[in-house]
Amino acid sequence: MPSKSPKSVPIVDYLRGGARPYLRANECTHCGARYFDRRNACASCGRREFVGARVSNRATLKSFSVVHRAAPGLPVPYVSAIVETDDGTSVRSNVVGLDDPMDATLGMKLRLTTYVCGTDDEGTECVAFGYAAV
Amino acid sequence: MSGDAVWILGTSMTKFGRYPEQDAVDLASTACFDALADGKVTIHDMDVMACGCLFQPNGLGQRIQKQIGQTGIPLYNVTNACATGATALRVVYMAIKAGEADMGLAVGVEQMGKMGLLRGGAKASTNVYEPEGRFGAVMSVDGILGTETMPGVFAQAGMEYAYNHDGVGFEQFARVAYKNHLHSTLNPLAQYRKEFSMEAIMGSPVQSYPNTLLMCCPTGDGAAAAVLVSEERLRSMPKNVQKRAIKISASVLTTDPYVESGQVQPDVNTLTRNAAAQAYEVAGVGPEDLDLVELHDCFATAELIHYDNLGLCERGGAGDFIDSGAPFRDGRTPVNVSGGLISKGHPIGATGVANVYEVATHLRGEAGDRQIKKAKVGLTHVIGLGSACGIHILEKAA
Repeated sequence: MPSKSPKSVPIVDYLRGGARPYLRANECTHCGARYFDRRNACASCGRREFVGARVSNRATLKSFSVVHRAAPGLPVPYVSAIVETDDGTSVRSNVVGLDDPMDATLGMKLRLTTYVCGTDDEGTECVAFGYAAV
Repeated sequence: MSGDAVWILGTSMTKFGRYPEQDAVDLASTACFDALADGKVTIHDMDVMACGCLFQPNGLGQRIQKQIGQTGIPLYNVTNACATGATALRVVYMAIKAGEADMGLAVGVEQMGKMGLLRGGAKASTNVYEPEGRFGAVMSVDGILGTETMPGVFAQAGMEYAYNHDGVGFEQFARVAYKNHLHSTLNPLAQYRKEFSMEAIMGSPVQSYPNTLLMCCPTGDGAAAAVLVSEERLRSMPKNVQKRAIKISASVLTTDPYVESGQVQPDVNTLTRNAAAQAYEVAGVGPEDLDLVELHDCFATAELIHYDNLGLCERGGAGDFIDSGAPFRDGRTPVNVSGGLISKGHPIGATGVANVYEVATHLRGEAGDRQIKKAKVGLTHVIGLGSACGIHILEKAA
């Protein structure tokens, strides 16, 4: 009998798409500024209308830090990254899948990927996103 | 001496370090007594007071008053992240500028103990995932969606500069820390006073690459205070008091304007550039006129980018600037001759007043072994993440 696949939730609500993941931003209908969180008004132009926008999964590594000292329980080292997507949106996440964290290089090309980062008491899996080298 | 400038009449700081046997009220009271004595005035001469402290509950200023004098004057308790002390100073400055006060006392204090790593607001981990907050997060994202730790956030600020400009890397960041540790050996008020080799700095435990342990400021305890006075009141004082007064040629506070990447990486650059431009214009001086600078080196990566943000070097030239020796105490523009936050220490609320103490002490020619000779103009800078930037330009009495 096939086992039922576990329920899963995204780590943040701007991670969408399930098996075909992407990030969804709230985009200001006036100036185009994008936000991953709920906003009362656009921090750039002050208007209050937003529309959902799909952010490109392709990105470039603009900055990173190899974090060796972190809160208890977090696996270290990991590569914290600021990436810029091909459609010009900055995203903060980790670079994942490197053999050695010091293989991270400024300007490297990346692609969005997802993985399970935890399971709660009801067996629900938490899906996180990161960026992997292309 | 003419016009409506605001002057520093007296200033002081405690040695930064660990004071487990004292509380924040003790530390702040010491700094207040010393600053008042330095200005040859008393608490009864003060018309206004501001108290800057980040981690203590509200009402700290009133608790300090109960030890130094309850005179009934207005008091403002201030927090503004790492710009807290500079903000307290500026509150007193504004009260005098507004004509509401002739004289006022600003104190900044922090007792951090060994708090260890500072990081963003971690959410308690729950056993059943429920989306919470504006991002609909089901767990703390620190360490999963990038870092919220301070060494990491400022590492990324430095690495972004390295991405955009040539000649900046691990070695340049390490050299900043080398300089500040070296400078601190001359400062009896510094929390640490030990010289380290480049090898020791680059080989110390990595916190968040490229920041190693010796490239990060410590936590600590301490306080600093300043008595500010209006020009009119200063003119009525004895000549020997007037002679030691230091002019505040510019007092500026900015916040971070919108930038596209600001929601994922705090922009510590634009607000510093904006504050510097305003301060230079108001003071009528340029970066080339500065005899010393105390800037916000919470991490070595931060100091390097502020060379550029404050216009101390050519745009994009911060790597060359440190490599050339310019910010060393015998260089063109000495930076953090106190040892900086990296070695002098960073009791958060005290920092933005302590750097004013440092620059004022040099301008008075009273800095002892670490004196920058013939210093006439200096600049202080702090950044609080979130963000706030405070800049003060100080000048020796003509």
